[in-house]
Amino acid sequence: MTTLTRTSTPGPPVVVPGSKDDTTGGDRAVATVSHTVLIIWSIIVILPLLWTLLSSFKTSSEIFASPFALPAEWNFDNYVSAWVSSGIGGMFLNTVIVVGFALVLVMLLGGMCAYVLARFAFPGRRAIYYLMLAGLTFPVFLAIVPLFFVLRNIGLLNTLPGLILTYVAFALPFTVFFLYSFFRGLPDEIAEAAAIDGAGEWRTFFQVMLPMARPGMASVAIFNFLGLWNQFLLPVALNSNQDNYVLSQGMAGFASSAGYAVDFGALFAAVVITVVPVLIVYVIFQRQLQGSVSQGTMK
Amino acid sequence: MTAAGADPGRAIAVGVGPSGRRKPSRGPRRRRLSVDYVSFMLVFLGLPLAIFLIFVIWPFVQAVFYSMTDWTGFTAEFNVIGLGNFEKLINDAIFMKAMLNSIKIAIVVPIVTIVIALTFATLITVGGPSKGQVRGIRNSSFYRVVSFFPYVIPAIVIGLIWRQMFDPSAGLLNGLLTGLGFEQFDSYAWLGKVGTALPVTMFVIVWGAVGFYMLLFIAAIKGVPAETLEAARIDGAGRFRTAVSIVIPLIRDNVQTAFIYLGIMALDAFVFVQALNPSGGPDNSTLVMSQQLFRTAFTQGQFGYASAMGVVLAIITLLFAALVFIINWATGGRDEGGRA
Repeated sequence: MTTLTRTSTPGPPVVVPGSKDDTTGGDRAVATVSHTVLIIWSIIVILPLLWTLLSSFKTSSEIFASPFALPAEWNFDNYVSAWVSSGIGGMFLNTVIVVGFALVLVMLLGGMCAYVLARFAFPGRRAIYYLMLAGLTFPVFLAIVPLFFVLRNIGLLNTLPGLILTYVAFALPFTVFFLYSFFRGLPDEIAEAAAIDGAGEWRTFFQVMLPMARPGMASVAIFNFLGLWNQFLLPVALNSNQDNYVLSQGMAGFASSAGYAVDFGALFAAVVITVVPVLIVYVIFQRQLQGSVSQGTMK
Repeated sequence: MTAAGADPGRAIAVGVGPSGRRKPSRGPRRRRLSVDYVSFMLVFLGLPLAIFLIFVIWPFVQAVFYSMTDWTGFTAEFNVIGLGNFEKLINDAIFMKAMLNSIKIAIVVPIVTIVIALTFATLITVGGPSKGQVRGIRNSSFYRVVSFFPYVIPAIVIGLIWRQMFDPSAGLLNGLLTGLGFEQFDSYAWLGKVGTALPVTMFVIVWGAVGFYMLLFIAAIKGVPAETLEAARIDGAGRFRTAVSIVIPLIRDNVQTAFIYLGIMALDAFVFVQALNPSGGPDNSTLVMSQQLFRTAFTQGQFGYASAMGVVLAIITLLFAALVFIINWATGGRDEGGRA
């Protein structure tokens, strides 16, 4: 804020006819201060990530010797030991399975539910809408203890299907809310045309409305992917079987073991392994992601 | 990082915003009852709703009931003890400490995050030269992309990275500081000292949150009509004046949403504290409600008592949201009701 205050002197911003240079002294000062602040922040963001990448190639003793030194030899030993001995490989697979299934299910169910809520009138519609809102607002921590027993009673505690179902359930309100406004915005005429052409409700949804909702579905799917991949509390509380661990639990294992017992090289390698898939998704979908934030907030 | 894939505020943030202007379609219609329609409704509404009710709403309801019992989870019988758990909570020094820490985080983190995110968003969108079209500074997309990085990194990993950064002897921070000549930071335990553990934790949460909100505000500011900004400039408003008097009032709904979501996240904060200081920090200085709840439930097995903590957490969350609404209303949000 200070950067702005300092340079706020309005100065007559009237464009003087005939002034040739594009930048005034005030402009240059503002630009300098702004760039300085933003560059400092960029460094604060990037530096830890680069340092993590660098450290993932060092041995534990090198890590302790100096935070700056480059690794003596560049090899993937840490990655191998993280993948194999720390079990990150298995956890990676579990995460892919859980997130994959949960994502497909929540998109399908969320799309269906949002479609019905947005385009059909029936008693209880508002009540369902407010229930969803409650699901968004209340902390998951309130539900976590009973949820543990709900899953145990139906025999899904510590299993991947149990985890998938809870992921779906807790991602549902967000999905429904976002898609709700999306389906409302779709023109009625096309659904009517489909009905006149003899399409039933099922066909109208799957062959007409769902394809039209693709942009909205894509945005929500990206958010859900990131959210589910990064999910922490649900697996930690509901999935204590080591074979079914997901990546975030493996990370938590590093966090809670005592300092001397940790293989720090493997830790850094595991961090890189966890971050790279989401970074790839981010880089590929960067435009859509930023687009979808604006899409929802504008118009 | 509260719900799976669903940060509540994000849904609200993305769904609401200044989108109120969009004309709704003709609205829902009633249909005739037919096999097609009934089967359609059963599957399309019934299936998602069943999952949602069983795994989300039902546990919420149960939690409120359990909070009034002395249930330990693994025995079938328990006694309803009314508000006994809540009385016990008030006299529980550790929980009260955790609650205080949570509240501190919920006050500091949203304010700091929003000030930083709003400043950066303004610089990027309207901070540019004061001549010609109103625009942002150069290279703004670089800053935007970089600032957003932390959002895609799992929170637990953010915590782990920063725990290593703050490591007393092997961490980069102390390496840099001692390298710059600040010898007193040689093996300074940032996370191990009562004075710095909580601020450092807050910093890490802010680090992870700024990018997303920056993006959200950028999107909102881009929704402000260019003519409005031009008009302000012609009337003699400088950048700071434009930001404070034009931009912020026009996106105040987004700011309110951001506050609520950040508050919900900060009151949780479980992932971060669990990564940075799984034991609660020196003298419990980073212990938060969620962490204490988790411990009470899953290591001590006091499920009734833990549920009471969950109820307190939920009440504080709702109070926080109400407070944000009231402040927004009292500071002038009411004058502009209905505006974009």
